[in-house]
Amino acid sequence: MRHVRVFWTGFVLHFKNLSASPFMMMTAAIWPLVYATLAFLMFRATGQAPSLLYAALGAAVMGIWSTTATSAGGAIQQQRWYGILELLVGAPSPLILVLAPITVAIAAIGVYSIATTLLWGRLLFGVPVHIAHPLLFAVSIPAAVISIGMLGLVLASALVLYRAASAFSQALEYPIWLITGMLIPLSLLPVWVHPLAWALAPTWGMRAVRHAALGGDVGAPLLVCAGLTIAYGIIAVTLLQHFERLARDRATLSLT
Amino acid sequence: MAVIEAIDLRRTYRTTTGVIRRKPLEVEAVRGISFAVEQGELFGLLGPNGAGKTTTIKMLITLLLPTSGEARVLGRDVVAHAREVRGRIGYVFGGDRGLYERLSALDNLRYFAELYGVSGKAQRVRIAEVLELVGLTGRERERVEGYSRGMRQRLHIARGILHDPEVVFLDEPTIGVDPVGARDLRRAISDLITSGKTVLLTTHYMFEADALCDRIAVIAKGEIVGEGTPEALKAGVADGRVTEIEVFGVGDPVVERLRALDGVTAVAVEERDQRQLLVVQTTGERELTAPLLAELDGIEVGRVSSREPTLEDAYVALVGTE
Repeated sequence: MRHVRVFWTGFVLHFKNLSASPFMMMTAAIWPLVYATLAFLMFRATGQAPSLLYAALGAAVMGIWSTTATSAGGAIQQQRWYGILELLVGAPSPLILVLAPITVAIAAIGVYSIATTLLWGRLLFGVPVHIAHPLLFAVSIPAAVISIGMLGLVLASALVLYRAASAFSQALEYPIWLITGMLIPLSLLPVWVHPLAWALAPTWGMRAVRHAALGGDVGAPLLVCAGLTIAYGIIAVTLLQHFERLARDRATLSLT
Repeated sequence: MAVIEAIDLRRTYRTTTGVIRRKPLEVEAVRGISFAVEQGELFGLLGPNGAGKTTTIKMLITLLLPTSGEARVLGRDVVAHAREVRGRIGYVFGGDRGLYERLSALDNLRYFAELYGVSGKAQRVRIAEVLELVGLTGRERERVEGYSRGMRQRLHIARGILHDPEVVFLDEPTIGVDPVGARDLRRAISDLITSGKTVLLTTHYMFEADALCDRIAVIAKGEIVGEGTPEALKAGVADGRVTEIEVFGVGDPVVERLRALDGVTAVAVEERDQRQLLVVQTTGERELTAPLLAELDGIEVGRVSSREPTLEDAYVALVGTE
């Protein structure tokens, strides 16, 4: 129970902190609109999209991933710049419970993009917002957010020891939303990409969100998404243990 | 049993120089430090910038691994039992970073209370107590970005003692704080001792160390060069008098002649605009004002005064001889 409280308190604090950042809010609100516009125009021209809502949801989740890719990779680094990393590592709570709320909060900021994208689609393109399974939709969104946040944590933990971490993380922005089916259906991609896509929780999170909105099996993609999210958590714990040991050895917890 | 023990503690930093052709470089920041702090004691680590104070404190609070040697806090090894040690200590670093600026003091304190396992019910009471202790009651709902440096420092102290730790480490807590703010902080530090905590404080403000510390270890270039009560340090280094002579245009040869005088233990020169202040420490066995002035023959001399040695004189003598 204490661990849940630590995670939740951290999540609320970081969500509030990020919401007070004009840069984060601009990123969360504006980029998805650009993606959505491109997707609407593209699908309208080809007439191949299952529906415009399909494109709108894809653009919204792309917004969540974009926010995460640009910020989560450098999330630990940013705590170092704030002078807070030492305080977080020096606390007796497990490091995963201290750092995971940061990347999940970053992904959650992207939830703003769902609202703006759906509103944008409705007002400009007349996209009807009809959700087939509202309850499952409400479950799928946090599942997708948490899975993307945990993927961000894996990136942050893996890259924190390298100075170019943030740049590398940002370079992953386009490949990930391409191969997880956020923009175009996975079936249109080469077969060799599929195993890679299946190993990424956002693929399943995206599928659950779309099935919940448009109709289809939600349970299976949600379960796979949850399983992969747990696997990311285990990978992150291992990486963070390694990071903490190395950082204490190399004296890299602070900037000075 | 000592609450804090450092036994032959060493720390070497490995870094590189150059951009294209990088050369490895090793810097010995701490070179075999040993000391012990007893329950309820306020122990000071005093030394110039780069002496190894912060490195020592970071090893003790488990944020840095020692290169060799041992350190124990509350009887637990800081390397083998890091998490256990972390839950029972508090620490505060100087400077105004280390806070979530866009959030309120209350948000910051609630978060760290949770990280340190302060239960929900106890949080409200404890946060009110620490805010009162550091004089921030009534300002806790304001964003930290609007706080003065002194207020931030006080908030740091509140954060550091939120979970009621048995041992508190304070690394230059009054650095950059205005005199009134620094006085308030010193009062808060004194209150920690009154409430039964053990405190390790690093500072390079002599009067602060003199006023607060039960015992002091002076560090220079990674080694302890003197240890004892402030009184013992003063007496041990300059058991006599200090003569201050204001001069205009004294050169190194003259200073060397003063140093060579029988009964003179140390001479420091402080530059003050057009003037210089010679601070001459003597053994006190003889009155040396006349011989000192004789050596300054031909040099314009201003005010001359004599006083009891201060901790700063002891510090200068200890650090200056290294």
